[in-house]
Amino acid sequence: MSSTETKGWDRQQMADRLAREFQDGWIVNLGVGIPTLCSNTDIGDRDILYHAENGVIGYGPVLPAGQEDLHLVNAGGQNVSLNPGAAIVHHADSFGIIRSGRIDVTVMGAYEVSAGGDFANWKVGSAKGGGIGGAMDLAACARRVFIILEHNTRKGEPRLLRHCTLPVTARGVVTLVATNLGLFAPNGDGFAVRELAPGISFEEARAKTGAPLTEEGRA
Amino acid sequence: MARNKILDSFAAAIADIPDGATVAFGGFAGPGTPYNLTKALLEQGAKRLTCIANTTGGAHQPRMPDIGMLVENGQVAKVVCSFTAATRPTDVLPFTPYYERGEVEAELVPQGTLAERLRAAGAGIPAFYTPTAVGTELAEGRETRVINGREYLLEYALPCDYAFIRAWRADAAGNLQFRLAQRNFCPLMAMAAKTVVVEVEEDILPAGAIDPDQVHVSGIFVQRLVKIPPAPEGLWTVRRQERAR
Repeated sequence: MSSTETKGWDRQQMADRLAREFQDGWIVNLGVGIPTLCSNTDIGDRDILYHAENGVIGYGPVLPAGQEDLHLVNAGGQNVSLNPGAAIVHHADSFGIIRSGRIDVTVMGAYEVSAGGDFANWKVGSAKGGGIGGAMDLAACARRVFIILEHNTRKGEPRLLRHCTLPVTARGVVTLVATNLGLFAPNGDGFAVRELAPGISFEEARAKTGAPLTEEGRA
Repeated sequence: MARNKILDSFAAAIADIPDGATVAFGGFAGPGTPYNLTKALLEQGAKRLTCIANTTGGAHQPRMPDIGMLVENGQVAKVVCSFTAATRPTDVLPFTPYYERGEVEAELVPQGTLAERLRAAGAGIPAFYTPTAVGTELAEGRETRVINGREYLLEYALPCDYAFIRAWRADAAGNLQFRLAQRNFCPLMAMAAKTVVVEVEEDILPAGAIDPDQVHVSGIFVQRLVKIPPAPEGLWTVRRQERAR
């Protein structure tokens, strides 16, 4: 492939990069959209238990039409399967699992992430209402919050910022962010580069980020 | 002989719902959603309702009876739910323009807080503190308290006049079983409501036919049962159509 074709990460590669951070035995909650792709990643024999807000614990791959069970969906409404060891609980127990700190990581999409680890994903500036779903419970209570998002808006504006401009979902919770340009960690003042995607230079990432960027291990 | 809980029609089961009632609707992304009771309420016509559910529905095809349709039908004063807009800004819930124009009120509640407020109502707990939504717009001007060094937000129980839920199996005593993801909010709403109306997928069994150890909701909480007739008279869950991104 030419260099233009390999520049940056696509959606699956962003998800792959975060999924490789999952450790054996983790209980993981994946948000709708790109985060769902984390479950496609081959992470060897690490044993991951996927939790869905609707109380489906231990779900497996999405089933094709004709093989699905219409009584069984994940939090995105997809008809999934169950892995051995799965269990069903009601919504209050499902969120009890979340609020009591038993989710090792939640992976969510977002509009913006700040240097202080705040993020915004439930309301756009022009709207009166929003879509919260389980995002605020997960963001406030999961042991780790990972975010996947495109590094810039369609207009080219940065989404990694000093401070969020949109109403936040939670404050000071994000530890790791995967974008099409690489892997970043909020560090209070800006973001530390953990890894750059193929074909992406530090200078390019810095120019496209709305907060100071530091190379890992370099002041 | 105890009062018979089995009714012949959805219309009969919801005929007494007055204007101004608070109604909770079970279900999450299909399973557990009371399509038949919602359709009956559209025909019954009660107005100024407060509707409680995870979402007002209508973001997916094929569209099934939902709270958005009750709004379109002029029956709703207020909704309490965890989505007043779709997750993706490019999707539009049928409800959203009514809300944007101020024709219906909404109380936006994080999903876990919604579940726990219903649970609290059914458990005789008037209010509780939760870490969810602290530091966000939803917490502005509201009571918080620091407990063991962490800030929590005060949330109140959410009692309902009626709950509409869908179950897999029921017996004549009103004991319910759900299948897989059908359970979701349904047991919580059953406990939070004064009158619980259930649309049942399988033939309603004689009392005692469900193993007491396998009951998900005690018949104590259930007043009315209606067996869902076969399609097309009865509405059954279908697979969502895939959407283009």
